[in-house]
Order: sequence, then C-alpha cells, then structure tokens
Amino acid sequence: MDIEILSRIQFAFTVAFHYIYPPLSIGIGLILVIMEGMYLKTGKKVFEDMTRFWIKIFALIFGLGVATGIIMEFEFGTNWATYSKYVGDIFGSALAAEGIFAFALESGFLGILLFGWKRVSSKVHFISTLMVFLGSLFSAVWIVVANSWQQTPAGYHIVGEGLQARAEITDFWAMVFNPSSIDRLLHVWIGAFLAGAFLVMSVNAYYIIKKKHLEIAKPSFKIALVVATIFSLAQLFTGHHSAEGVSKNQPAKMAAMEGHFDHSAKADMYIMGWVDKKNETTSGIKIPGGLSFLLHGDFDTPVTGLKSFPAEERPTAINAIFQFYHIMVAIGIFLIILTLYANWQWKKGKLFDKKWLMLVFVWAVLLPQIANQVGWFTAEMGRQPWVVYGLLKTSDALSQAVKAEHVLISLILFTLVYAILFALFLYLMNKKIKHGPVVQTIHEEEISSQGSLRENPLMKNDLS
Amino acid sequence: MIFGIDYNTLWFLVFGAVITGYAILDGFDLGAGALHLFLKKETSRRIALNAIGPVWDGNEVWLVIGGGALFAGFPVAYAAIFSAFYLPAMIFLIGLIWRAVAIEFRSKEPGKMWRLTWDIIYSFACIVVTLSLGLMLGNVAMGLPLDSQKEFNGDILSFLNPFSIMVAVTTLALFMTHGAIYLAMKTENRLYTKLTILAKNFTVFFLVAFGVTTLYTLLYIPHLTDRIRSNPVYFIFPVLMFLAIANIPRQLKNGNYRFAFISSSITIASLLITVALEVFPNLLYASNDPNNSITISNAASSPKTMKTLLIIALIGTPLVGIYTSFVFWTFKGKVKLDDMSY
Repeated sequence: MDIEILSRIQFAFTVAFHYIYPPLSIGIGLILVIMEGMYLKTGKKVFEDMTRFWIKIFALIFGLGVATGIIMEFEFGTNWATYSKYVGDIFGSALAAEGIFAFALESGFLGILLFGWKRVSSKVHFISTLMVFLGSLFSAVWIVVANSWQQTPAGYHIVGEGLQARAEITDFWAMVFNPSSIDRLLHVWIGAFLAGAFLVMSVNAYYIIKKKHLEIAKPSFKIALVVATIFSLAQLFTGHHSAEGVSKNQPAKMAAMEGHFDHSAKADMYIMGWVDKKNETTSGIKIPGGLSFLLHGDFDTPVTGLKSFPAEERPTAINAIFQFYHIMVAIGIFLIILTLYANWQWKKGKLFDKKWLMLVFVWAVLLPQIANQVGWFTAEMGRQPWVVYGLLKTSDALSQAVKAEHVLISLILFTLVYAILFALFLYLMNKKIKHGPVVQTIHEEEISSQGSLRENPLMKNDLS
Repeated sequence: MIFGIDYNTLWFLVFGAVITGYAILDGFDLGAGALHLFLKKETSRRIALNAIGPVWDGNEVWLVIGGGALFAGFPVAYAAIFSAFYLPAMIFLIGLIWRAVAIEFRSKEPGKMWRLTWDIIYSFACIVVTLSLGLMLGNVAMGLPLDSQKEFNGDILSFLNPFSIMVAVTTLALFMTHGAIYLAMKTENRLYTKLTILAKNFTVFFLVAFGVTTLYTLLYIPHLTDRIRSNPVYFIFPVLMFLAIANIPRQLKNGNYRFAFISSSITIASLLITVALEVFPNLLYASNDPNNSITISNAASSPKTMKTLLIIALIGTPLVGIYTSFVFWTFKGKVKLDDMSY
C-alpha cells in the first residue's frame, strides 16, 4: 500500500479511537456539574453518591482521552510534515492556545476533582469540577476551529510557491470565526453532551432493570434524560445549520452527502439509498426535491451537483460519505423520538415500569457514539481530495522523510496497543458498573473524619 | 522587537522555557516511574503512585504546550524533527500511552499478578519515554543531515548513535535522581530513608553518565562547545549545574528535601540552557551542509503569528501558574492514602 493511504488510515484510526473518549468526558463533565451542583444546593446524600460514582467513571474515560490525545498533536509532524509547514502559521496558534488555555485548565483541576474530595471544601471541589468541564469545552473550541479552518479557510494569504508555499495569517479573528467554526462547534459540543447523557442513562437503565441502586439510579436517569431531550432537539437545528453552511462553502461535500450528481437539477433527499459512482446515479427511498427544499425552501431550486467538479476534485468515496451522513441523520431523528417518548412516559409516571424501554436505553449508548464517528467521517472524507479545502491536496501533504514501511510498522503497533486498551477499557467499565455506586453509611463517614485513613483496614484493599 | 529582542528569539526563549518546565515537572513523574520497581512493598508503590497521581497529568500538559509552541512558532522545525524521528517519536508516544493507562488501571483490581503486570508496564514505559526523549535531544543537539527543503534525508535508524545514546542514559539518570528526591519529599519513615539512599545512588549514576557524555562531546562533537569556548562567561551554566548536583547529597543528608528538589530542578534547567546556548540560533543543525540548517529565522512563522503567540503566552502563562500552584498547594505535604486514592 502506498504511504498516502497508510498515513490516512493511521490518522483516521488514531483520531477515531481517541474520539470515543473526549465527547464522553465533555458530556459526563456536564452531568457531573449538574449532579454536584444539586448536591451543593440541597445537601442530599443521594446527589453526593451519584457524583462520586460518576467521578470514578470519568477518571477512567479521561485517562484514556489523555493517553490517546497526545498522539494526535505529534502525528501532524511525523506523518504530515508538508502539511505542518503549510498550515503551521495558522494552525499552530490554535493548538498552542488549546494547550495553554484549555488542556492546562482541565488537567490542572482534574487532580482536585479526582483526589480532592476530602481535601478541599465542597464549594472549591464544585469549582474544580466546573473548571474541568469548561476546560474540556475550550479544548473542543480550539480543535474545532483548527479543523474548520481546513474546511473553510479564512483570514490568511498564501506566501511562496510550490513546495515552499504556506498559508500565513492576516486576520486572527477571521481565522477563528471562519465560516464553519460556530456551526461545527455547536454540533460537536451537543454531540458530546448526548454521548455523556446516554452513557449515564444506559448505566442507570441497567440498574433499574436489575432493581439495584434504585434510590440513586432513578434520579440519575432523570437528570440525564432532561439533558438528552434538550440536546437531541437542539442537535436538529445545529445539524440543519451546518448542512446549509456545507452547501454554501463546500458544495462538493454536500453533493456527495446526498449522492447528487446533476448540477442543473433539483436535488432529492434520500431516507436511505445507494450511490453508484461509476454510472453517477443514486437510488433509494427519497423525497423528490427534498434537498432543494431544505437548503432553499423550494422544491425546484437547482443545487450544485458533483458533475460541476472535475473528477480529480470530487470526493472519492461518495457512497461511504452518503451512508455515513445518512446513518448520522437517522440516529439523530431516532434519539429525538426516543427521548420525547421517554418524557411522555415520565409525565404519566410510567417511565421506569416499561422494561423494554429501559432495555432500549441500555443499548442506546452506542448511538450517539456512532453518530459522532460517522459525522466526522462525513466531514473529513467529504473534504477530500483536499486536506485544506481548495488549497492543499492530501497527497501533497505527506512527510518526505518517512517511508511507507515505517508507517506500516507504527500502524500495526497502534492497532495492537489500541485493541488491548479497548478490551481493558470495556472490562474495567463493566466492572465499575457492576460494582455500582457506593452508598455511604454513617459509620464510614465517622472513620474518615478521624484523619489519616492509612490505618483503616476497611480502606486498605480499596478497589477503586 | 521587544526590548531589542526580535520575535523569533523571544519565541525561542518561550519554547525553551516550556521545554525546561516540562523536563522539570514531568521529569520527576517519569523518574518516579523509572525507579518504581526499586520499591518492593505494595504500600510503598501505592504511596509512590499517589505522590504523582494528582499532578502528573497537569505536568504532561507542558509537553502539549511545547509541541504546540514549536508547531506554531517554528513549523519547519516541528515538521523536520518529528518526521526525521518517526520511529523514536512513535515509541515515545506509545510509551506515554502506557504510562497514562498503567497509572489508571493498576488500582482497579486487587490481584497480585494484575498489579505486578501494571507495575512493570508502568516502570518500563517511563524508562522508554525518558530514553526516547534523551535520544531526540541528543540528535537535535548534534544535528542531522537535511536536504535543501529542510527535511531529513538520512538513514531512519541513524538516531541510534553513540552520542545520543549517552545523552539518553544521562537523561534517565537525571530524571531518576529527580524523581527519587520528589518521592522523598512526599514520604516518611522507612520509605523516605530508602528513597534518600536511592537518590544518592542515582546522583552518582548521573555524574558518571554526564562525565562520559561530556568527554565524548569535547572529543568528537566540537561544534557543541564553540559558544562556551568563545564566551567564557557562559561557563556559569555548567558550573551552576555542578554546584546544584553537588548540593543534592548534602541537602538530603540534612533532610532538606525541598532544597534537594530545587537543586535537581536547577540541574535540569542549567543542562538544557547549556544545550540551548550551543544550538542557538539553529533549531536543527544540518550535519551534511550547514547552509541547510533550520534556524530560528528560516523556520519561523510570520511576525503577525509570532505576535499573536506572544500575547497568548502572556495571558496564558500566569493563569496556568496560578492554578498549577493551587493544585500543588492542595496536595502539599506527605502522601495520605484515602478512599479516592489509586
């Protein structure tokens, strides 16, 4: 295999694996802020117990996010040296800002969040939780800004020619607020909130089915359900807004997303379908003129199709982009229906009585994760063949010093390491979930208030 | 220009400060990990892990900031260095993954085999990370063959050369000394005594490794001593380093582990300052043709970006300083294990 494909597979693989964790950290971070905030406000033990349980899950997820995230920062240099030189002037400041404003904030306060429960007052602890959450939100800002600049470059000019060419910044704020930043950031944030909320609901639905920890499981589930309902509805709007932006700024991507080839015709919207790239046709269940209507409010307005672009400037994997996009949309719609239905049952007082509904929620945890992944695949594959849209081709962005066999070695290493990590992650998550939240007894509280716990035999074999 | 120093030099100083900060902060985490297996008892190992538990992640952020600082300020150097060191960089990164997860996973099961496995992975990962950091530092100091596009054009395995291996071993010795002192600062009684003995032994290990590396440098890589030879005033840094390292056993003997820790931090800083002095204004010296060298001017981003970066650093650094100090202050003193500990 050639180095371009190998490097792309490696980057996609490492970033996709990484992206399992940060959205969960952001989403659970939000839930933790709510839970701990309610504890602070009401002083009720039940909120303390649920907060402490989710802190432990958060620690595991955050740990994997950190471990797999640092790879990304250096992979630009190792595999994409030409790209790094091309975008360094622009991209680097976003990354540096991420490190100093966001990552430092969340990692700094993480220590207090995880280990400071008994060392600082409950207010300071709450502030630390809030800071970790804000830090994770900020890091999404800078990463999404940098990626959005690749999709819709702004605030730059090109200096030099050929291999020496590079983009230089002319307007920092135009770079930050490039045409797609805000839409995509909101979409990513909400995707993360949903990932977190659905994990919390999944675990608690499991307890409810097993009739365990009910005094904690039921209120936790309701907190997460409120979050999930608000944001699955909100995601419909950010998604729609994003699509409008894509059709305006990256028409080739939009055309690939709906498998729309003809440039002078109205565009259909598919519920599901299949793209035949060779014959340039798409078949399936569709709403005729649906895309035209969605983008322009009229079923007959023509939409730019793939045929408007020379073959070498079209995304290559059109059917994959089409499918990924449609999976994401289908999941988004399903989550709205599911959360609204659950709210209706809640209002009737029957939320926890329907076993099948709880079972759906146990498994629904996978859906936001899948949607987040395929959404990014749509965004990134839809940008091809460009690494910086309209400016730099992916095939021109590689490291000159690196050979295909080196990338193959590192790709095999990453595959092995990540397979082991993922197995361990599932094993430990399962164990933590089976173990469940610890309901503190008064007895235990007395012991811990006596100072050092080292002599306490109860704590010696702590399995946390 | 600010105070007569141009942006590129300023950013070189910022980058140098970040890397030095990283070496001092993550240096003690990595050192503590590298000596982890010297601690035999389960309680000792738990105390050692919890001594770095609340801070190691924050310390690693300095690496992220350093990587971002290099990428943003000197993209040409960032691109050349990491693509040239493709294999050691990958080993370094995979080592960092195992270090992070080993700390997290170890405490999750009580079984002896489980914990021993993670102890070994953890310690080995810290050693590998430290050695690969040292290897990259050695190669950057020595220089690499670069083509006219400022990209590496040598043998991918050439990073394994005698000088860089010596630098790697020296780095390991220094971090182990530093880590042992940090752990001594956080422990009491018999574990404290054990760590002071380890710290003294590692100091000797460092002095030997450093002596051999220096001798080799003087004999075979004379271009790395040019600046100090022509400006004897810079001798202050190697001298400072020796004074600091000599101070370590004395302070440990008197139980002044805080001063011992400051001394090992000064050792790391003055060592890196000495390297930076010799390398400047190059970021990566082209060993085949000095004209191809990557310097702070031909690798730099535009003045506008440099200015933006300096503003970011000016706002960000005090903030990071404040909350990092707050976290260290919260966990000051000897380690106490509780129900949230590893």
